[in-house]
Amino acid sequence: MARIELQNLAHSYTAKPAGPKDYALKPMDHVWEQGGAYALLGPSGCGKTTLLNIISGLLVPSEGRVLFDGRDVTEQPTEARNIAQVFQFPVVYDTMTVYENLAFPLRNRGLRGPAVDARVREIAALLDLTPDLNRRGRGLTADAKQKISLGRGLVRPDVAAILFDEPLTVIDPHLKWELRSKLKALHRALDLTMIYVTHDQTEALTFADTVVVMHDGAVVQIGRPDELFERPAHTFVGHFIGSPGMNLLPAEVAGRRAVVGGHALTLARGYPHLNGGSRVEIGVRPEFATLAPAGAGLPVRVRRIDDLGRVRIAKVELAGLPLAATVPETLSVAGEEASLLFDPAMVHVYADGHLVEGELA
Amino acid sequence: MDKPVNQGAWLLVLPVLLIVAFSAIVPLMTVVNYSVQDTFGNNQFFWNGIGWYQELLDPTTDLGGRFFDALWRNLLFSALILAIEVPLGIAVALSMPREGWRVAATLVVMALPLLIPWNVVGTIWQIFAREDIGLLGWAVNRLGIPYNYTADPLSAWVTIIAMDVWHWTSLVALLCYAGLRSIPDAFYQAARIDGASRWAIFRNIQLPKMHRVLLIAVLLRFMDSFMIYTEPFVVTGGGPGNSTTFVSIDLVKLALGQFDLGKAAALSIVYNLIILAVCWVFYTVMTRMDSGRN
Repeated sequence: MARIELQNLAHSYTAKPAGPKDYALKPMDHVWEQGGAYALLGPSGCGKTTLLNIISGLLVPSEGRVLFDGRDVTEQPTEARNIAQVFQFPVVYDTMTVYENLAFPLRNRGLRGPAVDARVREIAALLDLTPDLNRRGRGLTADAKQKISLGRGLVRPDVAAILFDEPLTVIDPHLKWELRSKLKALHRALDLTMIYVTHDQTEALTFADTVVVMHDGAVVQIGRPDELFERPAHTFVGHFIGSPGMNLLPAEVAGRRAVVGGHALTLARGYPHLNGGSRVEIGVRPEFATLAPAGAGLPVRVRRIDDLGRVRIAKVELAGLPLAATVPETLSVAGEEASLLFDPAMVHVYADGHLVEGELA
Repeated sequence: MDKPVNQGAWLLVLPVLLIVAFSAIVPLMTVVNYSVQDTFGNNQFFWNGIGWYQELLDPTTDLGGRFFDALWRNLLFSALILAIEVPLGIAVALSMPREGWRVAATLVVMALPLLIPWNVVGTIWQIFAREDIGLLGWAVNRLGIPYNYTADPLSAWVTIIAMDVWHWTSLVALLCYAGLRSIPDAFYQAARIDGASRWAIFRNIQLPKMHRVLLIAVLLRFMDSFMIYTEPFVVTGGGPGNSTTFVSIDLVKLALGQFDLGKAAALSIVYNLIILAVCWVFYTVMTRMDSGRN
């Protein structure tokens, strides 16, 4: 069992970091609860893999501590931690059979005989690898190899957490879904903590109960998938999650009134304490901005309408600012003139990129 | 479906055929021609059939005895060279740095012995190992170990083997290093997570990845050491006595020292066939081992 706690953790690859720019991972505190399914989501180079390698012990953080169930393991090597990691490119020991591959971590830990055999067969059955047990690792397909990599983690009875570093990158699309479902099933069956690194929002949102969004070495939001969607804590989250991402418009906000490009709109909450010096934006997802006939709301110009099959998305301009909006099924757009209606509860205000809590009063 | 036949393609192959004919086949045929004749001064030739071959392959004759003695010496030399250079080369490759400026520095230093002309290597060691003025020979004698490669066969063998190890271990090491560099980091990281020991990493990750380059290294080192001529010729001249006379040295004595062109030609052909056969055996065995792993 493992509850993984990061205390004041930061990492820099340079010996003497001068400023925030030198940190691959900016100082953070976070707790990964036992049995949780977490996704670590962010673009390439945002520090996801660094964080993962620190948790697994492949990397020693330059600052802060890592605790497993309250025990400080910061300086402990990987092999002393009850943790397994699956990498982007499947690692299979070519010269060994699938069986030997699965038995390898157990034998390295001094286990012998029937205990090894029983465990290997159990895990092979769980991963549908039983028919391949006597084959050599070489020549197997990428998804079978990745299953073996995963199996070597699962086979150890001591493992309490498995870390995945973009494990489905080299897997064929139609097998990705299957393997991901397998991971979810394993998570439910085995009561393991799983941390899944990805830059693919679909993967993150379908796999995890809790998504941790990282940007530029820092955690910008931790939440359930619906929270990330409905209340992005940072403009980056709004932009990164969702397709197309959240519309962000520079605005002047005073109380319940926001002025965007010369047009006023009323917000659901009041914002009396906005700092005058900060950059203020309002953000609204295309799903909560609907196109209406001209005159019904904010006047916009329609540039293009994309039919995505399930929905139609209009690319419009509001006083020169580009936006994406949903086109209702019943509406037929003629000409460029139209108007836009926002769902007031879903319009958020951001100051310098961070969500500002409004007051309902 | 019929493939279009264009005999004009032969014309394009012709230049290569001509070059190979004049550089390899015609000279080889000259040697074959010599090997079935007895030669005397004044360019007199007499047909001898397979006589030289019979004499050469019969250890009881003078020629055959010489040949088999040299051949066993050669095989022993190659076996010792491989037994030392392959494990040593692997060990060196494993301890070479993997990143930073040290990589370039190490590669240059390692490549230096390979760039020295073979007769210069011989001269370096001939002087280095002399018991009177050579640093090595003098120091070893000063340590109380009797060492004189001009008088003692064991000393001569030690010198020649040390010289070859000095000269060629880098080649094996560089080939192995190239094999090692092709292993992605994820393998080492996964091995750490699997709790693999240093030996398990070597046995299950590094050695399999070096397998192919090792095949090449063994072949190259076998061929080179089996054909060795220049360095021992410069250092010992085949002595003391005949103790370091390898087949190639004997061949030169026979052809250019005694002008027995017929005997020398027959020896050349047999020598050549032995090298081809041994290489074929090596290659077949090692590729079989390779495919057997699948």
